[in-house]
Amino acid sequence: MSNKTLFAALVALLVLVPLVPGLIYPIFVMKVMAYGLFACAFNLLLGFTGLVSFAHAAFLGTAGYVTGALMIRFGAHPLGVPAAFAAGVAAAALVGFAIGGLAIRRRGIYFAMITLALSQIVYFLAVQFRWTGGEDGLQGIPRGTLLGLVDLSSDTAMYYVALALFAAGFLFIDRVVHSPFGQILQAVRDNEARAVSLGYDAARFQLLAFVLSAALAGYAGALKALVFGLVSLNDVSLHTSTEVVLMTLLGGVGTLFGPLVGAALVVGLQNYLATIGDLVTVVIGLIFILCVSFFRRGVVGEWLHWRHRRAARAARPLPEPEHPPVAEAA
Amino acid sequence: MPDTALETRGLTKAFGGFRAVRGLDLKVRRHAIHALIGPNGAGKTTVFNLLTKVHVPTEGQILYEGADITREASAAIARRGLVRSFQISAIFPNLSVRDNVRVALQRRLGTQFQFWRSGRTLTVLDEEAMRLLAEVGLAEAADARAADLSYGRKRTLEIATTLALDPPFLLLDEPTQGMAIEDVDRIKRLIRRIARGRTILMVEHNMSVVADLCDTITVLQRGEILAEGPYAAVSTDPAVRAAYLGGGHA
Repeated sequence: MSNKTLFAALVALLVLVPLVPGLIYPIFVMKVMAYGLFACAFNLLLGFTGLVSFAHAAFLGTAGYVTGALMIRFGAHPLGVPAAFAAGVAAAALVGFAIGGLAIRRRGIYFAMITLALSQIVYFLAVQFRWTGGEDGLQGIPRGTLLGLVDLSSDTAMYYVALALFAAGFLFIDRVVHSPFGQILQAVRDNEARAVSLGYDAARFQLLAFVLSAALAGYAGALKALVFGLVSLNDVSLHTSTEVVLMTLLGGVGTLFGPLVGAALVVGLQNYLATIGDLVTVVIGLIFILCVSFFRRGVVGEWLHWRHRRAARAARPLPEPEHPPVAEAA
Repeated sequence: MPDTALETRGLTKAFGGFRAVRGLDLKVRRHAIHALIGPNGAGKTTVFNLLTKVHVPTEGQILYEGADITREASAAIARRGLVRSFQISAIFPNLSVRDNVRVALQRRLGTQFQFWRSGRTLTVLDEEAMRLLAEVGLAEAADARAADLSYGRKRTLEIATTLALDPPFLLLDEPTQGMAIEDVDRIKRLIRRIARGRTILMVEHNMSVVADLCDTITVLQRGEILAEGPYAAVSTDPAVRAAYLGGGHA
């Protein structure tokens, strides 16, 4: 089954959610979709570019704040939703350009540390600014009406709009990964020195990937703000930046569906184990330890690996000719 | 048009107090196969690193086809057609064998920053990628993951990738290092074939490869030129025999 068919099946299932009341809570599914997109955006950087960022909460949060603040002021306008959404994504991309542009000059752990330090500045600004609501965050963000036609205050209407946005975001990431740009990106990830020797400026590819990833994290943040009507300091905190690392690794880094599965697992555990309070953190921590000890490829990664090995065993092993044919010199 | 493809003038590289390359004046004739040899630590790899801008020269100039490229970046030099093949096998392990070659071919499409385009726009390159793979004898492995190839075949893939750029100037860093004897012969034939219409500068330890392939040999010692000329002349030079070839090599 190809990725596209699998995704179509998933969307078809998700379409059914509001039609079968009591099966699963649509708000919960929207939360999973927002975090799933967030993790996919992060994975574009970690899995397909090979860069570890601890700044992704800054992008999620920035877009949330911008979208939320604009909705509070202009939410009643027919174009309020798309405009606020677009502004949020653009703001995240700009912050991504600033943070990525500075961090890209360093490699490995130094790169990660610079992203962490700069994202703390964003957190500090979110506390200080008045328009972000400081400690209170933004509350009571209206969902508005989409183009003056669809009233999003209905959860069902919001759900289908969220599903459409989710599908579009996921397909966009799939397109980026398989685009001419994505091909070079993976080459840079695999062997940066070699990619440079073939004439590609590695840093420019990494920076564009960083900005795209930041914009997509912002896309998830704008969606989340709209769905919950709420943006808090937690959205720009280091905790959120590490949570997305966890989701991606748990699901399977460098796979298209892994981050979705990881996000569903983490959000699901937080939701359904909420009754045990702070112990959720312990449970998630234990699962993470199990993951890095026994299934490092993550849930989806291990499954793909198992299938790959089974297929390889089924196929006749590729014979290695002792003297591969090479045309003789004239 | 001058006869020299690549020239260094007074090229010097110091690492702290240690001068790995000292005032090197090297001229590589166009369409020659030129070898850089010398005992370990003579500065051969440093010279390669200077030419491909992995290191920045402390002093001196590098001219490629008459243009001063001393201050240019690595990727820019590759775009000029001065392409390096690495000492360690330089492949993209998680891409398929075909995609490895395609990545090199892709630059000419000029779409490398287009993240919104379908990957299907790259299939126009498949035919040429397959032709290059067939040329080096890797066609039947096109769909394999590059990481799953044997060592010798990884090096062959790397050469196919380098050829995909159709570079007028090739820098080969120990092309036969770590290879079995039958693979060495194969690479030798391959180099002779790809040398047509190209200039090649190589670092190589295997004297039989150097003797069979190279028109000009430059012997380095402690970062300086000890001798230069065809194999017959260099191999009988008393200074070279004393410093490098020692006894036993004729």
